[in-house]
Amino acid sequence: MNNAIHQPQTIVALGGSSDIARAIIVALDSASLRTVVLGCRNVDTADVAGLQAQLSGASVTARHFDATDHAGHADWIAGVASDHGDLDIVVQAFGQLGVDAADDPVAAAKLVDVNYAGAVSSGLAVADHLRTQGHGVLVSLSSVAGVRTRASNFVYGSTKAGLDAFTTGLGHALHGSGARVMTVRPGMVRTSMTEGMDDAPFTVDAADVAAATVSGLRKKKAIVWAPAKLRGVFGLLRFAPDFVWRKLDT
Amino acid sequence: MGVRQILTGWGRTSATSGTVELLRSEELAEVIAGTPCGPRGAIARGLGRAYGDSAQNGGGTVIRLQPSVNPVWIDTDAGTATVDAGVSFDELLRRIVPHGFFVPVTPGTRFVTVGGAIASDVHGKGHHTDLTFGHHVAALDIVLADGSERTIRPSTDPELFWATIGGMGLTGVVTRATFSLLRIETNRCLVKTQRLPDLDRLIDVMSDGDADHRYSVAWVDLATKGPRVGRAILEQGDHATLDDLAEHAPKALRDPLRFAPGSPMPVPPVPNVMNRLAVRSFNELWFRKAPTHHVGTPTLTSFFHPLDGVGGWNRLYGAHGFLQYQFVVPFEAVDTLREIVDRVVANGNASVISVLKRFGAESGGFLSFPKPGWTLTFDLAAGVPGLGPFLAELDRLVVDAGGRHYLAKDAHTTPEIIRAGYPRLDVWKAIRRNVDPDGRWASDQARRLDLL
Repeated sequence: MNNAIHQPQTIVALGGSSDIARAIIVALDSASLRTVVLGCRNVDTADVAGLQAQLSGASVTARHFDATDHAGHADWIAGVASDHGDLDIVVQAFGQLGVDAADDPVAAAKLVDVNYAGAVSSGLAVADHLRTQGHGVLVSLSSVAGVRTRASNFVYGSTKAGLDAFTTGLGHALHGSGARVMTVRPGMVRTSMTEGMDDAPFTVDAADVAAATVSGLRKKKAIVWAPAKLRGVFGLLRFAPDFVWRKLDT
Repeated sequence: MGVRQILTGWGRTSATSGTVELLRSEELAEVIAGTPCGPRGAIARGLGRAYGDSAQNGGGTVIRLQPSVNPVWIDTDAGTATVDAGVSFDELLRRIVPHGFFVPVTPGTRFVTVGGAIASDVHGKGHHTDLTFGHHVAALDIVLADGSERTIRPSTDPELFWATIGGMGLTGVVTRATFSLLRIETNRCLVKTQRLPDLDRLIDVMSDGDADHRYSVAWVDLATKGPRVGRAILEQGDHATLDDLAEHAPKALRDPLRFAPGSPMPVPPVPNVMNRLAVRSFNELWFRKAPTHHVGTPTLTSFFHPLDGVGGWNRLYGAHGFLQYQFVVPFEAVDTLREIVDRVVANGNASVISVLKRFGAESGGFLSFPKPGWTLTFDLAAGVPGLGPFLAELDRLVVDAGGRHYLAKDAHTTPEIIRAGYPRLDVWKAIRRNVDPDGRWASDQARRLDLL
């Protein structure tokens, strides 16, 4: 159960190796937090002990999770719930950048399968479970890359645009069920996924995204921008003429 | 078939959605016997005045009992009442006060049901003399998990009886209770009010003078810093007799047992208006308007249920809702009380009128909250950032001093804190499991605090 001050007892991270997911877990740590389940493609590299050391007392376990095993997602969620009880917060944080995707149709389709189709199948499985238990929040990591796609990462951007449309719509579908969806739209974040890339304007750290997420949970927001300024920035950029937009993408 | 509904406690936090079933007391046993235990269980809900998540059940069933056609029976010779669990104290008082009776114990609102008063084993301003509501209950009708209906008494079923008193509805659904009433001559109280400048003085005066009065409670200002920390208005009173009225309020003798409170004035949905400035201003006014020393004859309503005049005052905290933090620490641990008062004042988030009271003996309920000591209650807006670590510190201070927290108010704490505060929790769990082996009863709070 999430308590009255939005402290969860159980957090599940889909994409448990994600720096942002782990920062969110650390930011949600409290005396109430008891169980953290990291759903990872590779359980061995999940660094359970590293996360455990950052928490005050919750038990952390890793569990094999494959974002593209669409048929298995409902069972996966049911399995976690039967082992650990109610799922208070599920963070959907898996995803790849797919740097070659623009030149490789097969790689692009794979990226769509992980980032978008995986988010849809696991998101629906989570939503169904949260609806049944009558409470819980799905926190889904979208990206400003999906708000307006650009030449340098439009395949990635398109997967996030799809995810964003899905999770915001799912939030409406869950209205009144006791369960909620919060879509998080970070700008560029310094993580292992973006290692080696130059900072774009408004680049933040995973901890900043986590802080914005926790504050969004407290305020029961449907959409969180990280940093918050990006909301205004993209409010304008969305309407920038194409030639300006292309200029900005360099 | 029930209706899926989003529910919260009075604090309007931690909303979850459950299926609400409106059932008549007579049909409850049959319905329970005829339906299998769902995976999420069921819990009874009265008027939803518990502050936290104790009368809601996400994904499960929430039972609301409809009182029967004759829900209140009074035995005027014995001075007892047999009342359906779904009856509110409001309705009960309207029926019994004209006959010269009052409830043995009332919480700060009349809008609780008899069932809820038993499940939370409520206390009132008279705990140091009258103990809890459960202490006055002679018999309970309860529907158990298997659909059987039993009448239990402290003498015949002590374990199940005292597991049900204060048991947060987790042993079964109480459908009816017989309890003793208090004989009164008038609808007024004779109340001595005094203004006290700080916490030390308040502690002294309460320690010396409580025994002389049936009722005693102090309104403490926890929003004002400086040398006046803990300034308070102490009210000590008794039920006014006809002679008292002849002396102090002769006009009230015309109809001394009239009880007809008007309907409350509703609060519209507003954003949180309980900001620091508003709270401090309110407390300043509240304190200044109180006389330094005064004897008055307030009505039962204005003495016991002052907040009932405002319908839905819980809306004043806006969409984020609020927490009501209530703990008790033993008399020996009065320094912990001072420490907590200092921390709450320093934190600066306490809301209007906090309440300090001295408790009498324990009632016998395994999970009943009151025990001898000081109990302090204050409200906090739930939307304030950073409440988590602050409350965790207070929780620790309370249990380390041998104190505990009130389940009917709790909306945030952990299983460890509750376990530390209630040494008989495991005995209670064993009794509970014995009457509910398949887990038919469950609430959000029970899951959160690992009570099942």
